[in-house]
Amino acid sequence: MHWLPVGFLKDIPQRGARCIRTPRGRIAVFRTADDHVFALEDRCPHRGGPLSQGIVHGHAVTCPLHNWVIGLESGEALGADEGKVQQYPVRIEDGALLVGFGQVDAETSQETFAA
Amino acid sequence: MSERLVIVGNGMAPGRMLERLFEQEPDRYEVCIFNAEPRVNYDRIMLSPVLAGEKAYEDIIIHGLSWYEEHNVRLHRGEPVVSVDREAGTVTSASGIIEPYDKLVIATGSSPFVLPVPGKNLPGVVTYRDLDDVDAMLAAAGEGGRAVVIGGGLLGLEAAAGLHAQGMHVTVLHLMPTLMERQLDSAAGFLLERSIRERGIDIITEAQTQAVLGTECVEGVLLADGTRLDADLVVMAAGIRPATGLAEAAGLDIARGICVDDAMCTSDPAIYALGECAEHRGICYGLVAPLYEMATVLADRLAGGSACYAGSVTATKLKVTGIDLYSAGDFADGAQREEIVLRDASAGVYKRLVVEDDRLVGAVLYGETADGPWFFDLIRRGEDISAMRETLVFGQAYQGGAFEDPTAAVAALPDDAEICGCNGVCKSRIVNTILEKGLTTLDGVRAHTKASSSCGTCTGLVEQLMTLTLGDGYQAGQVAGMCGCTDLGHDEVRRLIQAKALKSVPEVMQALEWRSSCGCAKCRPALNYYLICDWPDEYADDYQSRFINERAHANIQKDGTFSVVPRMWGGVTSSKELRAIADVVDQFEIPTVKVTGGQRIDLLGIQKEDLPAVWAELGKVGFVSGHAYAKGLRTVKTCVGSDWCRFGTQDSTGFGARIEHFMWGSWTPHKVKMAVSGCPRNCAEATCKDVGVVCIDSGFEIHYAGAAGLEIRGTEVLTTVATEDEALEHIVALVQMYREQGHYLERIYKWAKRVGSETIIAQIVDDAERRRHYFDRFVFSQRFAQVDPWSERAAGRSHQEFTPLATLRAAPQPVPAPRARAAVAGA
Repeated sequence: MHWLPVGFLKDIPQRGARCIRTPRGRIAVFRTADDHVFALEDRCPHRGGPLSQGIVHGHAVTCPLHNWVIGLESGEALGADEGKVQQYPVRIEDGALLVGFGQVDAETSQETFAA
Repeated sequence: MSERLVIVGNGMAPGRMLERLFEQEPDRYEVCIFNAEPRVNYDRIMLSPVLAGEKAYEDIIIHGLSWYEEHNVRLHRGEPVVSVDREAGTVTSASGIIEPYDKLVIATGSSPFVLPVPGKNLPGVVTYRDLDDVDAMLAAAGEGGRAVVIGGGLLGLEAAAGLHAQGMHVTVLHLMPTLMERQLDSAAGFLLERSIRERGIDIITEAQTQAVLGTECVEGVLLADGTRLDADLVVMAAGIRPATGLAEAAGLDIARGICVDDAMCTSDPAIYALGECAEHRGICYGLVAPLYEMATVLADRLAGGSACYAGSVTATKLKVTGIDLYSAGDFADGAQREEIVLRDASAGVYKRLVVEDDRLVGAVLYGETADGPWFFDLIRRGEDISAMRETLVFGQAYQGGAFEDPTAAVAALPDDAEICGCNGVCKSRIVNTILEKGLTTLDGVRAHTKASSSCGTCTGLVEQLMTLTLGDGYQAGQVAGMCGCTDLGHDEVRRLIQAKALKSVPEVMQALEWRSSCGCAKCRPALNYYLICDWPDEYADDYQSRFINERAHANIQKDGTFSVVPRMWGGVTSSKELRAIADVVDQFEIPTVKVTGGQRIDLLGIQKEDLPAVWAELGKVGFVSGHAYAKGLRTVKTCVGSDWCRFGTQDSTGFGARIEHFMWGSWTPHKVKMAVSGCPRNCAEATCKDVGVVCIDSGFEIHYAGAAGLEIRGTEVLTTVATEDEALEHIVALVQMYREQGHYLERIYKWAKRVGSETIIAQIVDDAERRRHYFDRFVFSQRFAQVDPWSERAAGRSHQEFTPLATLRAAPQPVPAPRARAAVAGA
């Protein structure tokens, strides 16, 4: 697994989210009220809504487009809805956030902090 | 000949280990202890009571000198060990004492973490770890003055309470938003903060310490935001670090702590590590219970047994007199986890249990902690709690003999049992009143007995009594709860926010006994609105509780881009404004420009990152936010009126713009759209708006409660007035009444239907004084609401909202089936 640094815990508000831009699309990084951090593909399984823009409550986020509720731990839609979002593992080291990936193209694995 | 056991460190863990060892093998080892402190083994947990003056050193000694003599233990006091020679099998102390060992136990504990800031070594800066620190703090406290405690964790808060008890003025600085965030959820953290403040201790959260100030000795503390606090004493209590220096120099495996296996053995089979300096399966423990569990395992191993340490579930209790706080296990939310929350606002009790697979895994208790050990025991034993689930949160005393029928529990109460604590109403009084007065509604019972009319938390009990008394004659639960987090309806919540002067979202959730710890996407935006409306000058807007449109001040579209609608007062624009819009469209390659139904221009398809720059450009010609995204005042649509129209009776365009200038920025339960038509031909379509004005020769006809969306409804006429000023006062008062009474996401027409037009006319038209009061309250709240959010953000406010956390040039692939979860590690 490749762990890429993406920023710092303090840069995400509690009960909030920020995104990471990648050539494969956006990844949403959520920080809950109890300071757990989760990374999910920033696409609701319903109609592709940006989950990073939703309201974060408990360990769940409500999609801003049609109010699907996605569990942050499982990546799965909660309640009566069905669907799952791609998850990424997150590590926190001294306040720095690292997101784990499978393959990373070695020549272009240069990352930048935009924040 | 007995084996030689050398122990480095004389804290609580090795003390307990030796007790256990002597029980099993009293004569197997010849024991020698090095203690860096010039003391015997004392109870470090009791340092706080010593600091607070509740106990003395003599009271907290665990092993007196005689204990060491009795067990033939040689104790070198005030002798830190400086090196371990693993080949020779010896340790050497600072003054040169060399002791050979067959087995060595390293129990060096931990060192306080001292912030690496300028001034950290000034006299008057102390840590909080041992009796020397306590003595230094007591000496400083003896002279009074001000203390700053850095760290709002267990240790820091105990230090703060102790210094406060000694007469110092104390300020606690905490880096995180809530206190003790590792042990408490945010609701309990909030309660704790409140009760500590009530004791007269100041707390600054999210405080980043930049420097300790002073030349000869400490004079103050400087925070990153420029705040300067005077201080005669600074206590560093920001965390601890395992003391691994000795082990590291000896070449043992180190991570955060000294790595040990399940036998407490380090990478050298002759050397063990124990206590806070040890790291077992990636975890370093700082609480006494796990250290004692390790001690028991190590004693058994040294006695030749095969006990294994499998890690510990930990529990924490804050030792500050008068504050009852207990947390145990893992209480994070989770998809597979359910929580049981009990809040008793009048008694100041908060209990939260976390259940996973019918097993209790975590507990946070505040205000009433007697059941803490019982819950802790359930967590450790992993017992199936499904049978007692319904009553679990009430504690051990309530187990067994649960009632199948909820009314049976109420039926079993004695006649004089108090049902409503606020108003002192007992069961028989409620039952008798229901029968005597023939009451069939909850409001009736409230009106006649006052039960459930104050805080409302006994509503469930009162309803059960009504069911019990009236049978099928009473249909309970007529008021739907706001959401799954509460049974209270919007009206109740709004009434209680006022009655109890609740001024923050966590405060509402606690006082009104919310069932979830942090609400949901339904109740959070509603509560945020109610608080803004009721306490415009005091409440701090909680942006994380706002829907994205109000957080980003633009409208989210289906593809995740945003649309921007600048305000055009009364629908009037100019060449300069249109040029600016055209330039922005070109500069940012905005794909769609659309004229809206509200007489303005919508720019669609803007990337979120571009929003502040778009606003900056628009702001140059004076454009401000049109709040097209807000539950607030949207547009005031107008016709050209008497300025141009041959039928126009009044200046409808000018009046529309005046209303818009007066009311923009205000938050309302749902969106508010208005219109002003210059004559009864009604070109501005004022008669299907939330509030509309139709100008006539003799003045202004004020309309309200129209709809032209999901439902179509013509407006009702509120009244007709002669002047613009009067019309404005009526309109503003009407909207303020709606602001104060409407349910969140209830349009004006629904609110009007609910409260009735008679009530509205009586308050707004017939009662001039009341109307004026509504008007004045609106004007007051506008002082805080009329700030253009676009220019603030163009100037850099909330810039994190609009920028990605990071941009990865690579195209990383996801890990197959990962478990994406992390917790904050470290102190």
